[in-house]
Amino acid sequence: MPTLVSHPDEVKVLSRRFGQGAANIDRYLELDGYKAVQKAIENGPEWVISEMKASGLRGRGGAGFPTGMKWSFVPKTSEKPKYVLVNGDESEPGTCKDHVIFLHDPHAIIEGTMIAGLAIGAKMGFIYLRGEYRYLLKIVEKAVADAYAKGVLGKNIFGKEGVDFDIVTQTGAGAYEVGEESALMESLEGKRGVPRIKPPFPAVVGLYGGPTVINNAETIASAPHILLMGGAEYAKIGSERNGGTRLFGISGMVERPGIYELPMGYNLKKAIYEVAGGVKGGKKLKAVVPGGSSCPVLTADELDVGLDFDQMGKAGTMLGSGGIVVLDETVSMVEFALRTIKFYQHESCGWCIPCREGTDWLKKTLTRFYNGGGNAKDINNIQYLAENMMGRTFCPLGDAAAMPTIAFVKKFRHEFEEYLGGTRTEKNFITTDELVGAAH
Amino acid sequence: MSTVTDSIFLPATAARFDNLVTLYPVKRSALVPMLLYAQDEIGYVSDAVVAEIAQRLDLLELDVRGVLSYYSMLRTEPAGKFNVQVCTNISCMIVGGYDILDHCKQRLGIGHKGVTPDGQFSLEEVECIGACCWAPAMQVNYDFHDNLTPAKVDAILDDYAAGRGEDVK
Repeated sequence: MPTLVSHPDEVKVLSRRFGQGAANIDRYLELDGYKAVQKAIENGPEWVISEMKASGLRGRGGAGFPTGMKWSFVPKTSEKPKYVLVNGDESEPGTCKDHVIFLHDPHAIIEGTMIAGLAIGAKMGFIYLRGEYRYLLKIVEKAVADAYAKGVLGKNIFGKEGVDFDIVTQTGAGAYEVGEESALMESLEGKRGVPRIKPPFPAVVGLYGGPTVINNAETIASAPHILLMGGAEYAKIGSERNGGTRLFGISGMVERPGIYELPMGYNLKKAIYEVAGGVKGGKKLKAVVPGGSSCPVLTADELDVGLDFDQMGKAGTMLGSGGIVVLDETVSMVEFALRTIKFYQHESCGWCIPCREGTDWLKKTLTRFYNGGGNAKDINNIQYLAENMMGRTFCPLGDAAAMPTIAFVKKFRHEFEEYLGGTRTEKNFITTDELVGAAH
Repeated sequence: MSTVTDSIFLPATAARFDNLVTLYPVKRSALVPMLLYAQDEIGYVSDAVVAEIAQRLDLLELDVRGVLSYYSMLRTEPAGKFNVQVCTNISCMIVGGYDILDHCKQRLGIGHKGVTPDGQFSLEEVECIGACCWAPAMQVNYDFHDNLTPAKVDAILDDYAAGRGEDVK
């Protein structure tokens, strides 16, 4: 069971009900639960969207698109039904924040889904959890059933004539790619999770061909808090154009790994050294993957940066999913690059050739290199291969594999060269048969 | 009463499937959950499972197989009664995920995707399972076990072997 951690620098908005028994609907109601959605029903969709825009909330899945704007793109009238789709397919390595929301505050996700539905004029929402999260699915299913029993979901909710909302939960069955919004819709429609070409965007043609808002679970869970405190107040907590707080998952070689809720713009170095207690065992920090495995790595000298979408972008990386992975001096970046690409090669759905072939060749080359069979040309080839995947695929999985690979080579080229010279000193972690071949 | 008269599933599962197909605007949306729930009961997605699910959703068996082959949790061969899935992705790798995997290999005497001769355990090296902050982590069937050490793994596997392990379905 995930342990909860705490630090004085945290600003608990989203996590304020964690550890309070809020998966129980009565407890959730005691803790101001389902007040925000009633406020939304009273004040109407225009008000909801204007509060969401004022909040400066940006998509917590990783893309950072302004949520209020996304909701406003949905056409007011539509011949086909509109839908809300909550993305709880959380699969980006280094990321486990939605895990704790589903565990501790599932009703916040239900309430957020209802709010999104009211804002866009949808009567139905889907909450999709990755297949591995079965115990969390059961928690969410129970929460949904309780919400129906209390008249929070269903027809004439809160006794309001004509206000209806239904929620269906859904399980995946193991596929990182399904976390991409169009592949997620394909999966929910009972198909292979391959991406759709855009445009049209889901706001116009989405699930079952109807206009659809797709938001990450954390984004959706933020909506009730925003409506309760007011968009402007929420915005003030964060940094410029990056409203509010977010859940940062700090993992790897730190003293106090865990999920911490910090204001947007919080300093990354402080997050690692103060909030998470610094590098484990007092070792030297070598590198940080700042927002899930697809984000370009930062070196120890690049950590004095604010954790928001814009500042991380300026630093040449991404805020991503908020999954911060800390590596100490004993980790070989060649090995880390290989393990990263093994993942993307495994998860590439094969729909787009640059991604399917690119991840495969990167894995082959890095495996050979790792096992001592590499040559000097490989180093440039790895970078060249990765660069040629960029922007050439339907969905961002190709980029997600290429971006970190390029950064590993650019920032840690000397380590690749040390592999060739046989002077590397780092220990090996990987024992996967296919990656430690005969050359070893 | 199930809509399929000679269902291969237990009555409760058959009833669940009858209900599942009514929840969505399109019946086919029930396909992925049905495959997984069927696997939970039968142990794997057998030919008979494919045939019945195709019938229930008015799909070709080919459509079902096309979807089945996409999702990594779905399998067409039996696994052990307890499927041990050890994460070795980045957050787990750097805090001992491979030590846990190797310990499981040694203890169970099987490799990746192997099944013990008595059919009790199977082992898989898996990608990120979303327990990064509590790494190293593994799942036994659907149950999460985190902050692992080899000693802790021994105790967990002992529990399952003795029928004391949790088994959420």
